[in-house]
Amino acid sequence: MAKSLYIVIVGGGNIGYYLSKALLSQGHEVLIIEREVRKCERLEDELGSCCMRGDGCETAVLSEAGLNRADILIATTSQDEDNLVTCQVAKHRFKVPRTISLVNNPHNEQIFRKLGIDATISVTNTILEHVEQEIPAHPLIHLLTMSGQMEELVELMVSRDSPAVGKPIGHLRLPADTTIALVMREGERPRIPGADTVLRENDRIIVMTTMESEKTLEKSLLP
Amino acid sequence: MPGTEAVKPNKKNIVIMGCSRVGGKLAAMFDAAGHKVTVLDLDAYSFRRLPPTFSGTALIGNGTDEDMLRKAGIEEADAFIALTQGDNRNVMAAQIAKYLFNVQRVICRIYDPLRKDIYEQLGLESISPTEVFADLLFQRLEKP
Repeated sequence: MAKSLYIVIVGGGNIGYYLSKALLSQGHEVLIIEREVRKCERLEDELGSCCMRGDGCETAVLSEAGLNRADILIATTSQDEDNLVTCQVAKHRFKVPRTISLVNNPHNEQIFRKLGIDATISVTNTILEHVEQEIPAHPLIHLLTMSGQMEELVELMVSRDSPAVGKPIGHLRLPADTTIALVMREGERPRIPGADTVLRENDRIIVMTTMESEKTLEKSLLP
Repeated sequence: MPGTEAVKPNKKNIVIMGCSRVGGKLAAMFDAAGHKVTVLDLDAYSFRRLPPTFSGTALIGNGTDEDMLRKAGIEEADAFIALTQGDNRNVMAAQIAKYLFNVQRVICRIYDPLRKDIYEQLGLESISPTEVFADLLFQRLEKP
């Protein structure tokens, strides 16, 4: 087995519970911090002594939880502001190497990244991405967000009326932080394009970009 | 409204989140001093604390929401003050104002002194009423 980690989870709701269960079975050391007594009792009944009662935003509570030796902190409460503060206190006061936060309002993903949270998970955005993949006409599909960075991989379909049709990639007005990484064309093997690769109708392309540049990218590639 | 009243020199745009007792009073003070004030609160009932003479804007909404802050005029604000009852809400809204909207002056109320120290170290101008008031009482009784 890989190295066993000490993982602190703030919030003992459904996500906190199933996450702990999975991480414990992988052999990691897990501690859940939960404010409500009854939730704590239920967690302890199910998972053994792995729960501490307290407010995960309080420095004293986090200190008692031994946060300074934690490898990862995961904030899973339903309040974004609490998740943010827990992660920031963990990072700056206790030097936890990796902080992961659940984000309830999808807008906050970007804000949290800017404020130094290493990884964010938005249930709403995750579901939306699946909806996007089901609808073939949808312009931009989010495939992956690079951990700890603002970069992401997206997929686009070049439609008939896209301004990019018939143009070499070098001539497209792409944002500076954006690269077309792969072109997929029916009947051909996916290939890494060069500046002189000409895009055709129905090409599917994988693009490396950032959240900020998405809009500009859409403008230069979508009708 | 041209020419109706003299424009105050150094007139500032001030956004206050939380029409608490302090928030309401502060809003009234800035308004009376001739500044442009916008107060945000989740509960319309809180606006009863504003005086009838208040000429600023009172908006119902959540100050940790980017769109709401935009509506409150955060992009033109010279100062943002976070005064809700929740420390974490204040911390989050203040950081959004400071780092996303680059508001020049941002002040944040944090009741918990330990949390206040952390955010002060991170460069957020913060005040802990707990600390200020305890200190005041101590000074009065210890050194009359």
